[in-house]
Amino acid sequence: MLAFVLIAIVKVLVVFTAMLLIVAYMTLMERKVLGHMQVRFGPNRTGPFGLLQPIADGIKLFFKEDIIVPHANRLIYILAPSVMVITALVSFAVIPFGDSVTILGHKVDMVVADVNVGLLYLMAISSLGVYGLVMGGWASNNKYSLLGAIRSSAQMISYELSLGLSIIGVLMITGSLSTVKIVGAQSQVWFVVYQPLGFLIFLISAVAECSRTPFDLTECENELVAGYQTEYSSMKFALYYLAEYAHILVISSLAVTLFFGGWQGPFLPPLVWFLIKVFIFIFFFIWIRATFPRFRYDQLMKFGWKVLFPLSLLNIMITGIVMSVIG
Amino acid sequence: MAKTDTMIINMGPQHPSTHGVLRVILELDGEVVVKATPDIGFLHRGLEKLAESKTYHQCITLTDRLDYVAGMTNNLAYVLAVEKLIGIEAPPRAQAIRVLLSELQRIASHLFWLGTHAHDIGAMTPLFYALRERDEILFMFEMVCGSRLTPSYFRVGGLAQDLPEEFEAKCREFIRTFPSHVDEYETLLTRNKIWMRRTQGVGAISGEEAINWGLSGPILRASNVNWDLRKAMPYCGYESYDFIVPTGKNGDVYDRYLVRLVEMRQSNEIIRQVLDRMPGGKVLVDDPRVVYPPKAKVQESIEAMIHHFHIASEGFPVPRGEVYASIESPKGELGFYLLSDGSNKPFRFRVRPPSFINLSALSTMVEGRLIADVVAIIGSIDIVLAEVDR
Amino acid sequence: MMITDYLPIFIFLVVAVGFALVTIFLSSIIGKRKITPQKMIPYECGMDPIGQARKPFSVKFYIIAMLFIIFDIEAVFLYPWAVIFKELKIFGLVEMAIFIAILLVGFVYVWKKGALEWE
Repeated sequence: MLAFVLIAIVKVLVVFTAMLLIVAYMTLMERKVLGHMQVRFGPNRTGPFGLLQPIADGIKLFFKEDIIVPHANRLIYILAPSVMVITALVSFAVIPFGDSVTILGHKVDMVVADVNVGLLYLMAISSLGVYGLVMGGWASNNKYSLLGAIRSSAQMISYELSLGLSIIGVLMITGSLSTVKIVGAQSQVWFVVYQPLGFLIFLISAVAECSRTPFDLTECENELVAGYQTEYSSMKFALYYLAEYAHILVISSLAVTLFFGGWQGPFLPPLVWFLIKVFIFIFFFIWIRATFPRFRYDQLMKFGWKVLFPLSLLNIMITGIVMSVIG
Repeated sequence: MAKTDTMIINMGPQHPSTHGVLRVILELDGEVVVKATPDIGFLHRGLEKLAESKTYHQCITLTDRLDYVAGMTNNLAYVLAVEKLIGIEAPPRAQAIRVLLSELQRIASHLFWLGTHAHDIGAMTPLFYALRERDEILFMFEMVCGSRLTPSYFRVGGLAQDLPEEFEAKCREFIRTFPSHVDEYETLLTRNKIWMRRTQGVGAISGEEAINWGLSGPILRASNVNWDLRKAMPYCGYESYDFIVPTGKNGDVYDRYLVRLVEMRQSNEIIRQVLDRMPGGKVLVDDPRVVYPPKAKVQESIEAMIHHFHIASEGFPVPRGEVYASIESPKGELGFYLLSDGSNKPFRFRVRPPSFINLSALSTMVEGRLIADVVAIIGSIDIVLAEVDR
Repeated sequence: MMITDYLPIFIFLVVAVGFALVTIFLSSIIGKRKITPQKMIPYECGMDPIGQARKPFSVKFYIIAMLFIIFDIEAVFLYPWAVIFKELKIFGLVEMAIFIAILLVGFVYVWKKGALEWE
């Protein structure tokens, strides 16, 4: 039991630190990749290739003035970014990032927690993030924040539906909610082959869930200045950003786990395969940001409810029928 | 259901997409705009009054600061007005160079519009592509007159100096590659489904309405009114160049986008024609009343020096009278109305700024639409607040 | 075994909460503070705000929330069904088809009623 607890603590600390690092360098990667897509360089002054940029940004944000506007609801205003960041980080706990290895006679699974309702847990926790958003937008007592918060909560819950429904096909094939079992079931064929429509719906909803272009209506500086985070500064602002990127990381990992065989792959160690696949997804997120204009609010809602939602139901029925026919 | 109120929200002056310091007071019902009241004047510098205390020559530098993304055309409209008042005409070479630079400026201005407008609608990348080409043009301007945004290169009676020798090669290189760059922007936007959904049918205004509002420039032409001062009242010899004036059908944001893109391609063609038949000769009219003596002569003869000193310190008197001269600037009809009392300074200096008049139609275009459309529509009008507020 | 499965998640949660709180606390003591009256008004593009931000305000959010609750429950029902789908075979498919069809009737009704129009 003690060994179990110790291993758990070590795993949590390692995963947590790794997540923070990856998230920090995702911001650099985004700026670099966007830069090169837009005939510019991105950060290249802080350290070699701008590698120290995320650290510099972090330090800078720590020293920024921490403004708590008097018209805000103080407690909720402070709690909101923490809620966002906590839910985004904690939801990673069920993502398997490698095969189990034996260290000092103990079998260690390369997943923080292998629970039998892993997916349900992930969906539940990551959807709590919307509270952070609404709390922040409402507590700021600012019209732009409020508009941004309401928009984003509507967007989040609309697309969460299709996101939740799009993975049901995978569950039907695997017959389990455990992420470890889902990865195990893909040792022969990746589920993206069986579930192309499901994957497409998942991908679009995932982009919307992370509120990235073309669904970045939550911040969308051109309309709402900065949306729900208009009144935030210093580390609270940084936490929102951290949460957003952690969310992208989680969603990318989830996509890899559900549709692309998780950590499995030939020759290279499992962890490397996992990271490669995840970063391909992150690259994809950045790529679409550089390519597309933004949807309008009504178009976004219409698309979610009238296209994605019926399609995801259709996907479930097709999967069911095909599976019944094949047996 | 609970009773809901409308919310009044300030959009601007400190807002990312009101293009400077435009303030629009929006009354919102949900996300729908019930009422939009533009509030201007945050960049008012009293430019028209200021001009009354400057000589005609000094006023040229004020006009750059009107529409600062299209300094050349501002200069052109003003110099044309003064020339018309005095009754002189610039020599053919100067005219051709004016056309050349004005068309380059039109491309630069439209590029800047394209980048910012696309960015308003959420497409980040076109901004950087467009600014890359705009930078080329600005470098050319720098080569010509040492300044990128505020050239003050056109003078009453001609130009400040002739084009540098290496200009032609650089300009030819630019017009050779430019159409393929426009294709690049079009690949990103024109057939993009999201772009089309965001712009088609948004802010539509009929041709008749557009005329009633006094709109001009690409907005007017997008509403299917074929009115371009370069064709309708040619100046600087535009009648001798071969180009088409694009018009749209629906007068919505998408049509304005298409019209401006075609205009850029047409301007490119005009530049090619100008370069191909660039006349030789002087670039300044031979009229000692308004033109400085050549620098070499100033250093040799005392008469020339006194002459130079005279014009530089006191300017030149302009005959009593009034004049209105207008050109097709990138944003529409840019006109200068000058009233002279016969002295060396304008008695009244009045600008007809295209963005100001185009902006007046904002409220009607915006009402009943969503906030996101407000941003798209403001972008499509292509305003420069320095010109609106003066 | 059930509860111990969740132990790492609790540890993770504790670490994450600790991280968030420490960050906020640290930044609030490290950052300099210089309060000016202008800084303390709600940001509204540099102008004094007109009216309050908190008042009844129509965004049709209510309808979306209702729809979400209805259809999210559907999704939750689908999860356990999907997990044991292989055992239920054709019976499960028919059963779920009926269930989805009933909800779809509601969906079509909502659609036709125009609740999915946002203009």
